[in-house]
Amino acid sequence: MAILVDEGKRVLVQGITGREGRTRTNLMVEFGTQVVAGVTPGKGRQEVDGVPVYDTVFEAVEVCGSIDISVLFIPAPLVKSAALEAIEAGIKLLLIVPDRVPIYDVLEIAASAKDADARFIGPNTLGVLSPARATIGMIGGSATTAREWFIPGPLGISSRSGGITSSMAYYLARAGLGASTLVHVGGDAVIGTPHPDVMRMFEADPDTKAMVMFGEIGGSQEERVAELVAKGEITKPIIAFIGGKAAKRGTRFSHAGAIVEGTRGTYEGKVESLRTAGVTVVEAFGDLPEVTRRVLQEREVL
Amino acid sequence: MARLHEFQAKALLKQAGIKIPRGIVARTPEEALLAAEQLGDSVVVKGQAWVTGRASRGLIRFADDPGQAERMAAEILGQQVEGFQVETLLVEEKLAIVREFYAGVIVDDQAQAPLLIFSAVGGTGIEEIASKDPTSIGKRVIDVRRGFYDYQGRELARSTGLSGKELLLMGDLLSKLALVAQSADARSAEINPVVMTAGGEIIAADCRMTIDDYAVFRHPELGIEVAREFDRPATRLETVAWEVERDDYRGTFYFIQMAQDFKSGEGVIGFHGAGGGGSMMSMDAVLRKNYRLADFVDTSGNPPASKVYRAARIIFAQGPIDGYFASGSGVASQEQYHSARGLVKAFLEQPLNVPAVIRLGGNAEERAIAILERAAPLLPAPLEAYGKDDSPDFCASRLDELIRLTPRPTATPQPILPPAATEPYQFDTVTGQVTLDHAACRSCETKICIETCVPQILKLDDGLPVLSITREQARHGGCTECLACQVECYFEGAQGGYIDLPIPGLAREETGA
Repeated sequence: MAILVDEGKRVLVQGITGREGRTRTNLMVEFGTQVVAGVTPGKGRQEVDGVPVYDTVFEAVEVCGSIDISVLFIPAPLVKSAALEAIEAGIKLLLIVPDRVPIYDVLEIAASAKDADARFIGPNTLGVLSPARATIGMIGGSATTAREWFIPGPLGISSRSGGITSSMAYYLARAGLGASTLVHVGGDAVIGTPHPDVMRMFEADPDTKAMVMFGEIGGSQEERVAELVAKGEITKPIIAFIGGKAAKRGTRFSHAGAIVEGTRGTYEGKVESLRTAGVTVVEAFGDLPEVTRRVLQEREVL
Repeated sequence: MARLHEFQAKALLKQAGIKIPRGIVARTPEEALLAAEQLGDSVVVKGQAWVTGRASRGLIRFADDPGQAERMAAEILGQQVEGFQVETLLVEEKLAIVREFYAGVIVDDQAQAPLLIFSAVGGTGIEEIASKDPTSIGKRVIDVRRGFYDYQGRELARSTGLSGKELLLMGDLLSKLALVAQSADARSAEINPVVMTAGGEIIAADCRMTIDDYAVFRHPELGIEVAREFDRPATRLETVAWEVERDDYRGTFYFIQMAQDFKSGEGVIGFHGAGGGGSMMSMDAVLRKNYRLADFVDTSGNPPASKVYRAARIIFAQGPIDGYFASGSGVASQEQYHSARGLVKAFLEQPLNVPAVIRLGGNAEERAIAILERAAPLLPAPLEAYGKDDSPDFCASRLDELIRLTPRPTATPQPILPPAATEPYQFDTVTGQVTLDHAACRSCETKICIETCVPQILKLDDGLPVLSITREQARHGGCTECLACQVECYFEGAQGGYIDLPIPGLAREETGA
């Protein structure tokens, strides 16, 4: 098992004929993902890497049958319309890759997704990859590197930074520790599937024995993970690293931010709430593999 | 988040029908005098600055007559506050305040929606009120597709103890505030305080708003020059950098200056990161070696080589850095040879005269490192390239060692460029122009440009490289500005390829004009 994506999922690529769409479709197909269709309005009837291109998502669904996941390689200003199209066409999981999607567009996508019982990952995400199974997005860049870097194993990896998603998985793999799935939740302030959601999925996945999480200053994702652990909803061990310790304290939204967030969002606040809940927080990034191994040994997973 | 000044934010409130004090913007003491005369009687002179606690900093002053307003304006204008120079004043009528409230909208990550926050007690210290007495504060989630109705506003006001006319007027204001926030793409919009005047009016006495950087393109009317989160106005170089990024959605280029007016030998490093998390770790590695950073740059999300080139040129334009450090997460998914070519083009044209350590780990790093190592012997200063198995700390110590070993540059070396074209074949790209000198191409044995062109848009016609797509296609993204036809040609061909990538405003900054 893995979470979110595996070889059984049928995938659509929106924006398949663009610069990123083309390159990463090749990555996904070569890696073993079932990419069944692509969409670029006005460019129907072409093919990209053997994948048929349609003019609309509805057309793709009509011709190809049900689709599980849509991956969006769409310029940010056009993402909202493309995402709403996918949701309305009945697709239940969206991966929104681009950066700089206006935040109110994300809020509208979130509201529509909620109504349709759909989920989205991102925006500003590198993607999701289940080693030796399937991938969506652009983790690894090419299938060859993705296979070389990531090995299957007991760890669920979740990160707020794209580059760190790959580097954590790579350095862990080099230490012999493989992963069930790697998830880059996305770098933006409002994202569809934050750490707490990902942790719940890993908790429910029998193949995942422990989670490794890269958090960052700002927002409340890590604190909410701590709450889940404290409440006993997450029982598998979590090893966390929080980035941004040395960074200048982020600009707060003045009074409103303080009212909503209180002491959440700071490095110290995050580390403290995670530790209090029983999460292992690593201070130096380079120590992650060793500490993870130790935790797995303590829990007799290794 | 791009911030708006009080007077800009209030103009938006007014458009939406929220009452604001009568006021006039002034930029000189004389204008303040005229404004005060026009408003009559007592006025408030408010310095426009993105800082909190303006009153305690003397930026908000009450004047009893126009002459006093003029003198106060003269005192406030030009003041430096946290690196910010006060250049604008808002002169307003003085209100007879009976009661103060707080109203704010903020986009909340957990709710995935904007939250409307109302407090029956406003003014300074609102955070303390919130933490001490949470019941005095009401919050409601705003449905972005439906908006926030006046009845919802009344309900929110009622929940904090309001009644009568206050409740009625506040319901209306809250509904309008939600609308203003959404139509301006505001990450936060706050009125603190909202006041009830002796005349029974509800007025927005102050307002702060921050606009979502990613939506600034929808709001030319706001006149936001640089859509970046700064706690001070953008520098000229930051403005130049933003122009590079603004309309180019291929990957991300973020630039912020962290040191200015530094001299050679002061240990200031040009920093070029890739990806938020990895950049932070890499910055820390340089700081641990006791250097300072001139800037924070992030080029990530698979930017074209052209964007990385421009980023590098802008880093150099900051002043006499002692070294150049590029490092990201180390295991990037983007093909790293694009960044390598962008850096090499910049290092040749600059040319690089201080040590550089470049850690381009990740996808295709072997090719990226090879490109950099190929350029190294041509450059006046040492350049070393590393990959994913070399840590940021190791790379930072390499840079430290090179800086110690390398004599400081004395003269500015000449740019390393291909010779001027005698038989130019040219086509436009998304942000520049490619020139292939067919005179040189004729003698070229490798025709390396054809093979290394990433989008494969060149073909041989009568033995010379030309476009295999239309010029129109090339200009609209068919040419991805991979820079192979310049960089690879410089190494392996007849040095006939050049891509001109203008950076508007940069030359002025470099010459210090």
